[in-house]
Amino acid sequence: MSEGKPAPKVFKGGGPGAIGGSGEKAKDFKSTMAKLFSYLKPFKFRSILVVILAIASTIFSIASPKILGNMTNQVFNDYINIRAYDMVMAQLPAGAQLPAGTTGADIIKYVPQDKLQDFSDQQIEQFKELDFSQKPGIDFSSLLHYVYLLIVLYAFSALFMYLQGWIVTDITQRITYNLRRQISHKINKIPLSYYDRRNFGDVLSHVTNDVDTIGQTLNQSMTQLITAISTIIGIFIMMISISWQLTSVAMLLVPFSFLCIGIIVHKSQKFFVGQQEELGKLNGHIEEMYGGHVVVKSFNGEEKSITTFQRINHTLYKSAWKSQFLSGLMMPLMNFFSNLGFVGVSVVGGWLVVKNMINVGDVQAFIQYVRQFNQPIVQAASTTNVLQSTAAAAERVFEFLAEPEEVLESENPVMIPFSDKKIAFKKVVFGYLPGVTVIKGFDAAIQPGQRIAIVGPTGAGKTTMVNLLMRFYDVNSGAIEVDDVDIRNLRRADLRRRFGMVLQDTWLFNGTVRQNLVYGKPDATDEEVDRVVKAAHIDHLIKTLPHGLNSEINEEASNISQGEKQLLTIARAMLTNPPTLILDEATSSVDTRTELLIQQAMDKLMEGRTSFVIAHRLSTIKNADFILVMRGGDIVEKGSHKELLAQNGFYASLYNSQFASQ
Amino acid sequence: MKLFNCFKPFIVQLLVALVLVFMQVMADLQLPQYMANIVDQGIVLRDNSYILSTGFKMVLIALFGTACAVGVSFLAARIATGFSRNLRKAVFSTVESFSLHEFDKFSTASLITRSTNDIQQIQMVFILMLRIVIAAPIMGIGATVKAYQQAPSMSWIIALAVGVLLCLITIIFLIATPRFRKLQKLVDKLNLVTRQNLTGLRVIRAFNTQKVEEKKFNDVNIDLTKTNLFVNRLTVILQPMMMLIFNVTCLAIVWIGSHYIGDGTLEVGQMMAFMQYSLQVIMAFLMISIVFIMLPRAAVAMRRISEVLKTVPSIKDPPQPKRMPPVFEHGQVEFKNVTYRYPGSDEPALKDISFVAKQGQTTAIIGGTGSGKTTLVNLIPRFYDVTSGSVLVDNVDTREVSYRELRERIGYIPQKAVLFSGTIKSNIGYGVEDASKESVEQSLKVAQAYNFVEELGDTLNARVAQGGSNFSGGQKQRLAIARAIEKAPEIFIFDDSFSALDFKTDAALRKALKSVTKKSATIIVGQRISSVMTAEQIIVLDEGKMVGKGTHAELLKDCQTYREIALSQLSEKELKDNAVKPQQVQEAAV
Repeated sequence: MSEGKPAPKVFKGGGPGAIGGSGEKAKDFKSTMAKLFSYLKPFKFRSILVVILAIASTIFSIASPKILGNMTNQVFNDYINIRAYDMVMAQLPAGAQLPAGTTGADIIKYVPQDKLQDFSDQQIEQFKELDFSQKPGIDFSSLLHYVYLLIVLYAFSALFMYLQGWIVTDITQRITYNLRRQISHKINKIPLSYYDRRNFGDVLSHVTNDVDTIGQTLNQSMTQLITAISTIIGIFIMMISISWQLTSVAMLLVPFSFLCIGIIVHKSQKFFVGQQEELGKLNGHIEEMYGGHVVVKSFNGEEKSITTFQRINHTLYKSAWKSQFLSGLMMPLMNFFSNLGFVGVSVVGGWLVVKNMINVGDVQAFIQYVRQFNQPIVQAASTTNVLQSTAAAAERVFEFLAEPEEVLESENPVMIPFSDKKIAFKKVVFGYLPGVTVIKGFDAAIQPGQRIAIVGPTGAGKTTMVNLLMRFYDVNSGAIEVDDVDIRNLRRADLRRRFGMVLQDTWLFNGTVRQNLVYGKPDATDEEVDRVVKAAHIDHLIKTLPHGLNSEINEEASNISQGEKQLLTIARAMLTNPPTLILDEATSSVDTRTELLIQQAMDKLMEGRTSFVIAHRLSTIKNADFILVMRGGDIVEKGSHKELLAQNGFYASLYNSQFASQ
Repeated sequence: MKLFNCFKPFIVQLLVALVLVFMQVMADLQLPQYMANIVDQGIVLRDNSYILSTGFKMVLIALFGTACAVGVSFLAARIATGFSRNLRKAVFSTVESFSLHEFDKFSTASLITRSTNDIQQIQMVFILMLRIVIAAPIMGIGATVKAYQQAPSMSWIIALAVGVLLCLITIIFLIATPRFRKLQKLVDKLNLVTRQNLTGLRVIRAFNTQKVEEKKFNDVNIDLTKTNLFVNRLTVILQPMMMLIFNVTCLAIVWIGSHYIGDGTLEVGQMMAFMQYSLQVIMAFLMISIVFIMLPRAAVAMRRISEVLKTVPSIKDPPQPKRMPPVFEHGQVEFKNVTYRYPGSDEPALKDISFVAKQGQTTAIIGGTGSGKTTLVNLIPRFYDVTSGSVLVDNVDTREVSYRELRERIGYIPQKAVLFSGTIKSNIGYGVEDASKESVEQSLKVAQAYNFVEELGDTLNARVAQGGSNFSGGQKQRLAIARAIEKAPEIFIFDDSFSALDFKTDAALRKALKSVTKKSATIIVGQRISSVMTAEQIIVLDEGKMVGKGTHAELLKDCQTYREIALSQLSEKELKDNAVKPQQVQEAAV
């Protein structure tokens, strides 16, 4: 994991209908959302348009069931007329026809009272105006009007919905694009001390997972929240406008369904958290055992490992099935309430129709509304959860973007010529953590062309010197001067250009060998490249690569060996021809022949340059003009090899144990 | 087969669940029918008591349906989580029985994903299948039948609506899939660019190429945003189109239904019920189409898991294992013409290696990277089996004894020190039953680990984090060595296990080790001359071949490769050997 790869994403969701999300919560929901909202500002006009479109589309889609209901009403009424006509005609001899102009009013006089009981007063009124001289039919021409109207409504509703989705996608994609861009910019602005304390995986997951989460959830919640709220209000108005009695029947169920959801959410949350915890433990155990497979095998630990696994596995099972069961209850219960509403509306509606208070079409419309009413409520409820995870992700991104950046460049940077200059350390005090000073007042003056060896046991803080010289870190007090100019008065870029850096941990990127070589000098000519390729002894390597200089170095740079990488970085540093060098001689996991080549290349690179060398070779140390001995972060001794041996201090003991054999 | 065994205990439960799903769907299908009755008989005939009694029946049916659904949810949860529990156990046990060869084949990371995410994925799909998807076809068929009963003449509307819907989904799916794949690639690319930026922070700043890196990032970012826009614009079509199809279907039913009503072949209530049924049919088909999107993913996960389950470990105990001679009677390892070739590679990693590591002696193995040192020692505990020749421990071929017994005799310290979460004691006593406090302390002392463990406060009960991350590299190495010492093995194998130690600790440790390795054969793998030069026997490997065998002095004289290695390192160390003078060496090195 230490290479900065993100930890394998462990499955987070709890299956379908896992309510309550992953339980991630932002520390400060309000201000994070406010900040996220500010990203919408450039899209003000479009955002308003989205709201209007959403409302319009909802109104259209809500209005349509009622119109469809009216259509049914008409069909129903016409149907009643047909039945009445059929009933009357059944009383007459077959083939008989009533004279033209005979209306229901004429006929009703002859109909016995008990026959009329089946019809409501309103229907009887309707019959009185009916022309019984010809068979009544359904008035298709007026139905057709409804059809046209509805088709237009449906089409517009769909169109608006699509437009709204399109714009929202546009907005969220732009926002996520900007966020990513800002993060990528920020990465190169934050001081290295930030990264030295952290895992690369965290930063990486801001760019990918967090921004993704923001994009997806924003897209989802923006649309859903607007539609859900306008749907709830709209449906409520439509329901009231049809019948307040039916509305109260439907509303009666809402608190019950809410109570039910609340209880289930609360209960399942507990098991859900338990399930996540156990899952985490189990995954931890799996990673650990697979990662240490060799040890498990060689110590015959398989059974032990399986026993532990089974214990966690079983606890996981217990909380998993409970949480799955409870979250699975949501759907049937919601369905039950919806059915109950359906039944209630059917019964009460039927009764109201009989009492002539509303029409059949209204009942049908109402049933559609009741069916639609539950969905936006559940949606709105889940959106709040979605917003929680948006806020959590956004908060992490904003926190990263708010990290303090490297100290600003000095306003009037001093320019010094690009040539070898003397370097001086003046009472340098430095510590990585506040209150913990590691370098306590270091003084040294280095003349152009000198070679400085930095020695000390592993972990003695040899890279601190690199960090200070390159201004990856700034000194706490005192100063480092190049040609009597405090390096803090130089532009960082100018300072760093003076140093060629070849570190043990080689860094090459995914691209061709040539691209990597000219990384510090993009305008290098082919002759220059050829020259350093020879000087760094990689001409042979390049010849063996399939496409020479244009061969791709793959993503993990695993198609060339560690030693070859080191040679490439030496060549890369040679190309920029820097007056000063910072080298790390350590060449671990390099075969002996390559190691020899590296040494030769480094020696060539150092010729005639001031160089700071993290030294591992005796010859380097002996030939150094100056040795800095580091221990526990501090520079404990300095001087030439002979002087230091004469001191008979730490260097002498180090030298004796390390180099003077057993 | 193993897959089926995991599922076997749930067959009865599954059958019960199927019956419940069936009943639940049937209950759901009854409701619109009753509503039609309310309209056609209750409302039209103005019969209040009929409306009430029908309503009562509907509540009962709804209750019954819900009860079935709750039962389904219960069984679905039990079956799916139970199945995944069994599956997980099966996968884990199988992987634990794997030899290194299988680990190489699958890679550790992939095995982890297979044991975690893949199983989780299957559980999720499984539960969805049980809860929703099985119901879909039943619902689809049932609703179709019901709708047909209401108004056979209008069935074509449903068929048309379903057809249009399926076409829409298929088209969108076909266009979107390649883009989704591209999206995944771009996300990987973005990850790569960011990771390279992060790992190269120092170099980037040193070369002032921040802008270059930002541009690289931005290029991918733009590409990603564009693809995302395309995919999202495509998928947002789905919802409005579905709504449109739903709505137009309803409209068509009313319009066309009204003609039948006019003809007297259909009643109003029937039309309304038909509408409900047709919506159920469409929903059912929607569900089924989701399955087709979901199943391939689950199928991939399933295939990956069954690949693991089907794999038979290449290293197995012989049918009748021989007994090994008593411990410490011989204490020796012998390689007889051993050749090893990694499966799938042309060149053997080891070629015709023969030597004997004797009791009470140290045998060192040296060579450059890739020369086969680690491979060689991995053959002793039978992590791999030789391709030809044989490895004998205590004069018995390792393939003829149970590997458990074999490994009990070996104290192996891997290149990368691995600790497990737990306590110091649980780690040091890992290979032995009931390690006593005293013996653990003694092992820690020998491994030069006692001092820093003591400083932890809780001493033996001090916590060890996962992977031992709360210890430094050197500390981990010493703890790993203590763990091997605690086992009091007959054969010690140190695979470059001193690399993170400073020289003082290294020297003290080697000295202390002498006291516990008296009766053991010690095998040390190293890259540095200094770590091997005192060994009684040094084996020099070069590209899998044994190019030298002897003491330091002998090899310096006779072995060209050894001399080369020595030359490249001598500049670090002034050897007090007369064979080469330090002065010469330095000149040779520079």
